[in-house]
Amino acid sequence: MIFLKLFLVFLELGAVSFGGGYGMISLLREQVLAHGWMTEESFMNMLAVSESTPGPIAVNMATFVGSSQGGFFGSFCATLGVVLPAFIIMLIIVSLIRNFINLPPVQGALGGIRPCVVALICGTALIMGLRAVFGVSAGDFVLDFDLRALGIIAFVAAFAFACKRFAKKKPSPIILIVISAGLGILLY
Amino acid sequence: MKEKRPLAALFFTMLKIGLFTFGGGYAMLALLENEFVEKKAWVTKDEFLDMTALAESTPGPIAINSATYIGYKKGGVPGSALATLGVCIPSFVIIFVISLFFDEFLRFELVARAFRGVQACVVYLIAAAGIKLLKSSVKDVFSAVIFAITLILCVCFSLFSVSFSSVFFILISGAAGYAAWLIRRRSSSEKEAEK
Repeated sequence: MIFLKLFLVFLELGAVSFGGGYGMISLLREQVLAHGWMTEESFMNMLAVSESTPGPIAVNMATFVGSSQGGFFGSFCATLGVVLPAFIIMLIIVSLIRNFINLPPVQGALGGIRPCVVALICGTALIMGLRAVFGVSAGDFVLDFDLRALGIIAFVAAFAFACKRFAKKKPSPIILIVISAGLGILLY
Repeated sequence: MKEKRPLAALFFTMLKIGLFTFGGGYAMLALLENEFVEKKAWVTKDEFLDMTALAESTPGPIAINSATYIGYKKGGVPGSALATLGVCIPSFVIIFVISLFFDEFLRFELVARAFRGVQACVVYLIAAAGIKLLKSSVKDVFSAVIFAITLILCVCFSLFSVSFSSVFFILISGAAGYAAWLIRRRSSSEKEAEK
């Protein structure tokens, strides 16, 4: 029953991921690979599309994964799943327990969760980077060095740094994605 | 500002924001402030800051948390449902249409090459988001320790294909944060007792 599966997987993602769409990437990657819903390449393509289209990244990812597995109804189930926990939790907090988040024990727990989420985001970037540049993946240590991927990452990082430094403005992800697409056509 | 149909205005404003923000929930906060604090004055500036803190510390997409909050302020439970629906619909429609044609699209050799470049860029985008959050949220020894342990373990587990869900990292870190609070409270009450 793929629809129920999609709904439950995304319900779990929506309920336990902190830090919005980016905080969801590490969990989503685990689930998508474990269920065999996508390959690592198609997962990265899906991320690129989700980041360069408008709207919440989490909703974009849910719709995309849902559609790839179960068509229209699949994307509906996945999106409903990812939205529902945030909606219900926020509704309870705003209507009943306004000061819940400010309670010292809750702040204490969040003080542990925040750095953990940041580490998961950085860790995911590191794992994906190792894979893109060195061809390293789980349990497979045959090096397949890809200088072009490293070059594209370095170029995009340098461009973003230059924009921040000289134009005092962070470039939008879309510009960076367009540049890297052009580099991809040139190099591969 | 007086409106005849506040719920309709709420829905269409959220629809507009869902359609025109790129970069997810964090980018959306600026647009939400512009619409609901400055233009419509439905939410005060302080309340908006409160809402931002809440949205960042509750689970789920930040855009959904914010839409639910603002919707509830304006129109109770129906308001929050309409606001959430409004912010989701553009994403859902656009991505669904793209996903229908995406595989066909990738068969073009030029497009496939472009996406190999884009995959490298995605690594940078995630890393940049992580580093930005790192600067704002890892400020003391405790958070630095949690950060370092989680980072090392999650990369090692992934490389050696140990199956360990990220959910456990989040739950354990939450428990560690709670324990640290208990210890801080006990030591400060002991100090007061000594006085």
